Amino acid sequence: MCLAVPMEVVKIDGKTAEVQIAGTYQNVRLDVLPETLEVGDFVIVHAGFALTRLDREEAIATLKLFEEGLNIALT
Amino acid sequence: MRLLDNFKDPQLCKALLERIHSELDGELRFMEVCGTHTVSIFRSGVRSLLSDKVVHLSGPGCPVCVTHDSEVAAFLDLAGRDAVITTFGDLMRVPGPDRKTLKGAQAEGARVKVVYSPFDALKIAQDNPGDKVVFLGVGFETTAPAIAATVKAAREEGVTNFSVLCFHKLVPPALEALVGDPELRVQAFLLPGHVSAIIGVEPYRFLARKHGLPAVIAGFEPVDILQALHLFVTMRKQGCVDVVNAYTRVVSDTGNPKAMSVMDEVFAPCDALWRGIGMIPNSGLAVREEFAAFDAMRVFGLTLRDVPAIKGCRCGDVLKGKLSPNKCPLFGKACTPAAPVGPCMVSTEGSCAAYYKYHV
Amino acid sequence: MRVERVLLDYGSGGKASHRLIGELFVRHLGNEVLNRLDDAAVLNISGPISVSTDSFTVDPIFFPGGDIGALAVHGTVNDVAMLGARPRYLTCGFILEEGLPMADLERIVQSMGRAAREAGVLVVTGDTKVVPRGMVDKIFINTTGIGEIFVPVAPSGHRARPGDVILVSGFVGDHGLAILSRREGLNFDAPVLSDCASLNHLVVRLLEAVPEVHVLRDPTRGGLATTLNEIAGQSGVECRIFEDRVPVRPEVSGGCSFLGLDPLYLANEGKFLCILPAEHARQALDIMQADPLGRDAARIGEVRAGHPGKVVLETPLGGTRLMDMLEGEQLPRIC
Repeated sequence: MCLAVPMEVVKIDGKTAEVQIAGTYQNVRLDVLPETLEVGDFVIVHAGFALTRLDREEAIATLKLFEEGLNIALT
Repeated sequence: MRLLDNFKDPQLCKALLERIHSELDGELRFMEVCGTHTVSIFRSGVRSLLSDKVVHLSGPGCPVCVTHDSEVAAFLDLAGRDAVITTFGDLMRVPGPDRKTLKGAQAEGARVKVVYSPFDALKIAQDNPGDKVVFLGVGFETTAPAIAATVKAAREEGVTNFSVLCFHKLVPPALEALVGDPELRVQAFLLPGHVSAIIGVEPYRFLARKHGLPAVIAGFEPVDILQALHLFVTMRKQGCVDVVNAYTRVVSDTGNPKAMSVMDEVFAPCDALWRGIGMIPNSGLAVREEFAAFDAMRVFGLTLRDVPAIKGCRCGDVLKGKLSPNKCPLFGKACTPAAPVGPCMVSTEGSCAAYYKYHV
Repeated sequence: MRVERVLLDYGSGGKASHRLIGELFVRHLGNEVLNRLDDAAVLNISGPISVSTDSFTVDPIFFPGGDIGALAVHGTVNDVAMLGARPRYLTCGFILEEGLPMADLERIVQSMGRAAREAGVLVVTGDTKVVPRGMVDKIFINTTGIGEIFVPVAPSGHRARPGDVILVSGFVGDHGLAILSRREGLNFDAPVLSDCASLNHLVVRLLEAVPEVHVLRDPTRGGLATTLNEIAGQSGVECRIFEDRVPVRPEVSGGCSFLGLDPLYLANEGKFLCILPAEHARQALDIMQADPLGRDAARIGEVRAGHPGKVVLETPLGGTRLMDMLEGEQLPRIC
């Protein structure tokens, strides 16, 4: 239902930020984002709005669980 | 980010699939209630790799599909007036009661523009002060905050020619209505990751507590989906029933309070009509009185009119997991993506449309 | 500064028309056939010919990597070439909107001239009409191409056979995304250029060396997926595609991801699909990859008998799904 993709923050400018994915850029609104951002953060973008910041530590932790539980080495 | 590519890793998927299939006892009938899950499960090929014992059911998870006939009729009424309609592309081919669509209205001279973001619609209003610009507000909790924020910005910037026709829907009340049906044949719920990023975990607790149904909040990559299925299997094995947040890189247990408060400032819950299901109490959002100047219903004096139910359509049963899409007598014959009859065939994310489009 | 614009008089057939023809069309497109300016062109052709016509309308008319003029030449040249022909002649008809800046028209015609020279075709006859403002969107161009068939059996969408392999000449979706990045209501910036190019020289080289090619088709509107569905239907076979072998630029996948689009359905204007018996695939790929227009060519799938009329995609996970034809144009979506 809700197409949203992680995009990397390139520039922050008040209520908007420039974000990119694989070299394609767009400006997104930050009106509903609860966190403060830094360049290099990833945000989940839906309909031109950043919904939330992606938690890199959590992503790593989830993958680590797989590596241990399934005995798989990920890159 | 390379890190995120791991959530598509074929080797990891294979390992998870093996675990699911070897550890599963009996049948697992799981339902997702998110069109993005529907499409991801088909498109990634996950569905074709699941054994017969793992049954994938698509619930009412596509906001376009569940937009009621009478609501579509209101869009189309508005298209006939002196207004510029701005919309997400999703709504362009949705048929109204007499099978008319926004595409058709456009051909008849209506001014309809597809935008990517509600903010682009606001910009069109600002660039064309002589036009009344209306944005068609559809979507679940993921989308509603963006539209609320746009309405707030319109007020702050003193824009007077912009309004929203608001037919948002809320996920938890629909789930509640669904599980209240004694005929529902679902054993576990795959919960929508991006809705959950806004509302958090709490609103789903009743599934486990009241109905004894396990549920997992999951992301949209194949690994996310298979992880959720494996969690169902594990919970069953351990005899526990819980609502688990497995999409922790995006969803915090408390959701997004800022988005919730923006949404709450502009919208208030209201009863809403769901295509294929009917009226569900407190499952919609209406524009609050303070923002009446931005409510297209009030600005244009629109009302929802009664429309007859669709004859022969079994979408209601499909949405409840009672019927597989291809078992509906209309499927692929009277009802196709080109000429959809019921809600499940309307959008590419509808369960019947996805089945039609992707099932080999 | 006053902008010189196209006036209704330019399409009147009077002095203004003649000025436009002489100063613009003949200057940029002229050759010994066109320059005679008779009512019709005289051509000297023998043997079987391939003819194709296409009308071009694109918004915006200038886009990253090309413009409507170049597109009108490449599009028709490619269609003619796909039948195993050497494109020789083009006709072109212009419908212009009153008020179109002359500088834009000149830029477009100049670009057509350049594209025609590169493709080695002569524009032999043409026509111009000017309609009142609002009756067309800036400029519409129709071109008809004529080419001489040089292969004994022309490639055709009906000739795909189980056992054949499917090649594509490079990255798909570039043109579609480049155009979308300039559309009103969609603000994003992709470093992607339209792939629009005439493929005839490469196609001639390929068919001279490998006349066994069964199908050649340029996947324009509707993209790779639509063209494969057409072929599967015409030949009554299954086209099986391996998703991770289809060349898609990361920037194109990136742009598609947030707009909710599928690159396999985006238009291409400088790519072709080649279906041929497996034993000739290596040679065909070598020829394609040696040409700048086919440098990224890849073997993306094979023809099977299993699901006649269908295109089946094998995903990186090893799952399968149908790749159906779309109802209409892809629209950006949130769902």
